[in-house]
Amino acid sequence: MPLTEIIRSAFRSIRANRMRALLTMLGVIVGVASVIALSAVGQASTDSVTQQVEALGSNLLTIMPGSASTSGVSLGAGSATTLVYSDAAAITANDPNVAQVAPLVQRSVQIVYGNSNTSTQLQGTTANYPLVKPTPVAQGRFFLPQEVTANAQVAVLGSQTAQTLFGFQSAVGQTIDLNGVPYTVIGVLAPEGSNGFQNLDDRVMIPITTAMNELTGSDVLNSIDVSATSQQDMALAQQEITSTLRNLHQLGPGEASDFRIMNQATILSTLQSVTQEMTDLLTGVAAISLVVGGIGIMNIMLVSVTERTREIGIRKAIGAKRSVIMAQFLVESVVLSVGGGLIGVVLGGGGAAIAGIVLHKSGLVSLSAVLLSVGFAIVIGVVFGVYPARKASALHPIEALRYE
Amino acid sequence: MSHEALSQPIIRMQDIIREYVVGGEVMRALNGVTLSILRNEFVAIMGPSGSGKSTTMNIMGCLDRPTAGDYQIDGNSVSALQEDELAQLRNMKIGFIFQNFNLLARTTALENVELPMMYAGVPPKERRERATEALIRIGLQDRLHNRPNELSGGQQQRVSIARALVNRPVLLLADEPTGALDTRNTAEILALFEDLHAQGNTVVIVTHENEVGAHAKRIIRFRDGCIESDTANGAMVMTHATD
Ligand SMILES: Nc1ncnc2c1ncn2[C@@H]1O[C@H](COP(=O)(O)OP(=O)(O)O)[C@@H](O)[C@H]1O
Ligand SMILES: [Mg+2]
Repeated sequence: MPLTEIIRSAFRSIRANRMRALLTMLGVIVGVASVIALSAVGQASTDSVTQQVEALGSNLLTIMPGSASTSGVSLGAGSATTLVYSDAAAITANDPNVAQVAPLVQRSVQIVYGNSNTSTQLQGTTANYPLVKPTPVAQGRFFLPQEVTANAQVAVLGSQTAQTLFGFQSAVGQTIDLNGVPYTVIGVLAPEGSNGFQNLDDRVMIPITTAMNELTGSDVLNSIDVSATSQQDMALAQQEITSTLRNLHQLGPGEASDFRIMNQATILSTLQSVTQEMTDLLTGVAAISLVVGGIGIMNIMLVSVTERTREIGIRKAIGAKRSVIMAQFLVESVVLSVGGGLIGVVLGGGGAAIAGIVLHKSGLVSLSAVLLSVGFAIVIGVVFGVYPARKASALHPIEALRYE
Repeated sequence: MSHEALSQPIIRMQDIIREYVVGGEVMRALNGVTLSILRNEFVAIMGPSGSGKSTTMNIMGCLDRPTAGDYQIDGNSVSALQEDELAQLRNMKIGFIFQNFNLLARTTALENVELPMMYAGVPPKERRERATEALIRIGLQDRLHNRPNELSGGQQQRVSIARALVNRPVLLLADEPTGALDTRNTAEILALFEDLHAQGNTVVIVTHENEVGAHAKRIIRFRDGCIESDTANGAMVMTHATD
């Protein structure tokens, strides 16, 4: 008996029990829909993290204090005090493959302007910071090298911080108060969003010299951002920095470095592996619900075999072979699981689209997730259809015909 | 066809025993049945309820296997055949007609008649033509697309007869085909069987109604799982199965 006939008869018997078929498919629908929606959302967040990290610049190196032997990348580092201001100067002086060096001091501060106040992240850095990390200024200007040298009390505000303190009033030229010290606002940054670690629009930047004198009282740095002369020179620059700092810190050949150097690639792979793990986990949970859906199909197929015992007897009496009966029930359960899968794709795609709108991400449904979950649904239909189908095909014709 | 082939029995049963195990006890439904039926015979199997008529028919129709004894249909021994080979045999050589029609519900008369051809691998177009033809021949040209629940008992039985005939079987087996019908339909269906016999078909009917038996040329009577008598036109039939 040709497959087209078998499929036609499967559709006929499914149509005869529409409501039941829909309920049977529900498990697979939910399973496939969640696989697709979750993997789409996961993909979208992986994409956006990738984008943000790539926006950091491709020849950027970040030097962080701490031991390199620590496995994994601790992004909340900063407790170690092994990087100091003179390290940055040494790198600038000694390493030919390094183009720009921007040491960074970070601290959270309270800013007061008149009656408004807000707590934000303070970044003390040098005037060439914008050359290492793009930092577009919307109003006013960034501070100048001579202001850094002179310990000037000038500040550049993040767009959101400026908005919080000044509303629609112009911030440039106003005087703000950081931990009791007055600063003149000389610039406001353009809105940038988040870089994956912090909100770039909520910060205040001041000369690093001022920050060390007035706020931290030490020359300990939180990090040093460095740009290599070109992307090809990244490895060389990294080697030079390593040997400069090891010399400076007087580390012997057997000793571990007390700093670590991250480049964009390592940051990216760390973040991506985290989001990938999350996605896999969610998808795995969704896959379990697919399996549960398969059990639902098996359940209904077993009921259906019992209900249609007589039909099976009739078919056998007029010459249906075992394989034909088997195929009939197997195709039916596959039609149910694939039908559920397709409905699930539509619902999951819709869910991903909505999530994309809500999260402001292009919640792209990946073809591989669709193929994978529909393929998995087919496998589920076959695996959970085999037992009922075998049961049907093994019925003895006379006993099946006598079944009331 | 040679003279020998013509006289060769279509059915040849030798010492058939069929036992059922009911509640741990062995119960013998057939106790040594020996008979042969020749091509183009019209045989009625009669006897009281529970005497083994249906069990015999089911074995004849290859729906069931005997516990012991040899059964040959059209010269082939059945006991050696696999399940799928039996299915093929039922499909090609036997037309079975049941008391309760056994049509597929939710399936039109035409599709019911097409079914045996579908299992035989007849292409769709030919299938449709032959099924239509079979239903027209049996007087159901107006009911091709009706489902069983839209047909009377007599009409349903005609559909099942058309279905039994459509693969041109060598043997028509009917187990109480008029048992669920009124007198008028019974008469029509019996006339139909007589026609089919007259056209050269071999027909075996199980019945417990004497007037149904009267249509047959030969009557085999069962009692307690054994053949009680076997008469053709009033004369005893010698079973040649033992030679
Ligand atoms: N599947 C079965 N299991 C147990 N006993 C059966 C089964 N089928 C038939 N029998 C028994 O075998 C005997 C013969 O049955 P059957 O051939 O149906 O009789 P008939 O058709 O002549 O009325 C009866 O006693 C019946 O109860
Ligand atoms: Mg009976």
